[in-house]
Amino acid sequence: MEQTVVREKGQAPVQARPGGWRGFVADWSSDQRTFKEVPWGKAMMWIFLLSDTFVFSCFLISYMTVRMSTVVPWPNPSEVFALTIGGTSVPLILIAIMTFVLISSSGTMAMAVNFAYRRDRLRSARLMLATAALGATFVGMQALEWSKLIHEGVRPWGNPWGAPQFGSTFFMITGFHGTHVTFGVIFLLITARKVLRGDYDHGARGFFTSRRGNYESVEIMGLYWHFVDLVWVFIFAFFYLW
Amino acid sequence: MAQTHASEGQGHSIRLYLVTWAWLFILSACSYLVDYLHLQGNLRWSLILLFMILKAGLIVAIFMHMAWEHLALVYAILVPPLVVFVFVGIMVYESDYTLITRQIAFAVGQ
Repeated sequence: MEQTVVREKGQAPVQARPGGWRGFVADWSSDQRTFKEVPWGKAMMWIFLLSDTFVFSCFLISYMTVRMSTVVPWPNPSEVFALTIGGTSVPLILIAIMTFVLISSSGTMAMAVNFAYRRDRLRSARLMLATAALGATFVGMQALEWSKLIHEGVRPWGNPWGAPQFGSTFFMITGFHGTHVTFGVIFLLITARKVLRGDYDHGARGFFTSRRGNYESVEIMGLYWHFVDLVWVFIFAFFYLW
Repeated sequence: MAQTHASEGQGHSIRLYLVTWAWLFILSACSYLVDYLHLQGNLRWSLILLFMILKAGLIVAIFMHMAWEHLALVYAILVPPLVVFVFVGIMVYESDYTLITRQIAFAVGQ
């Protein structure tokens, strides 16, 4: 892996740390700062994502519990989420397209982070706007999915095909995920605007925290966005495919 | 790899991300095919889990730069979610119990 380390001005030079398990023990011991060379914002975002992991785990585990304990057959997601295209019923097609859209948005986000660290503001901002557009498309398709299901009679307390818990878990899990995507889109637009204006180049103070930002904010934004994609991987596997 | 400079992921080429992206597309297509081809039973479930884990691994390792972070951060983030498996175990046991109770109650009630 070629690595060009760009360091911010005023940042203390970091002495070489041992790698591997020795480094792991050295970092965690001796009453010192554990996450060396990790910006605090990034560490905090990771810890937030860890807590969010537990939130989504609870949703998926409760879904597992109601699905395993019901005596009524579970509606077949393959048929429930099928769309009729050109007279033939294609199973799960909208969900598949949504998956590809979200993965593509993750790809554009990863490249946006890369260009941000290269100080290529225009490309980074454009890729972030593309990510936001794909995210908005995803939410739009989810709205379509919801209206279709509501129109067909799916409610949190019942549905025409089987176990009534289907609706409550569906709306809870996809609703919470969709909310995450929506907030992600909003923050993407804010970050893209900051990148485009060059806020991170001349250390302009943020409107909310009054702190000087830098390009690590783009990577932190990226972490959140990839996490949203990551959660969808699990929802896709457990809710739609299982 | 983990001991290289962690926090800045800017050294990677765009090609790495494009390759990862392509692999995520392929794996997603595979998991969709599991449903499209109506695979059933253990084959279906193991394939779903396999593609899910591969996709999650690619996203975390490369897109989220976990492969280049220090082990101190990697383990702080990746080990705690493992306790979720304990919770899953508890709830599997619990839902089996609920199911048996329901089956017995409904059978007696009729």
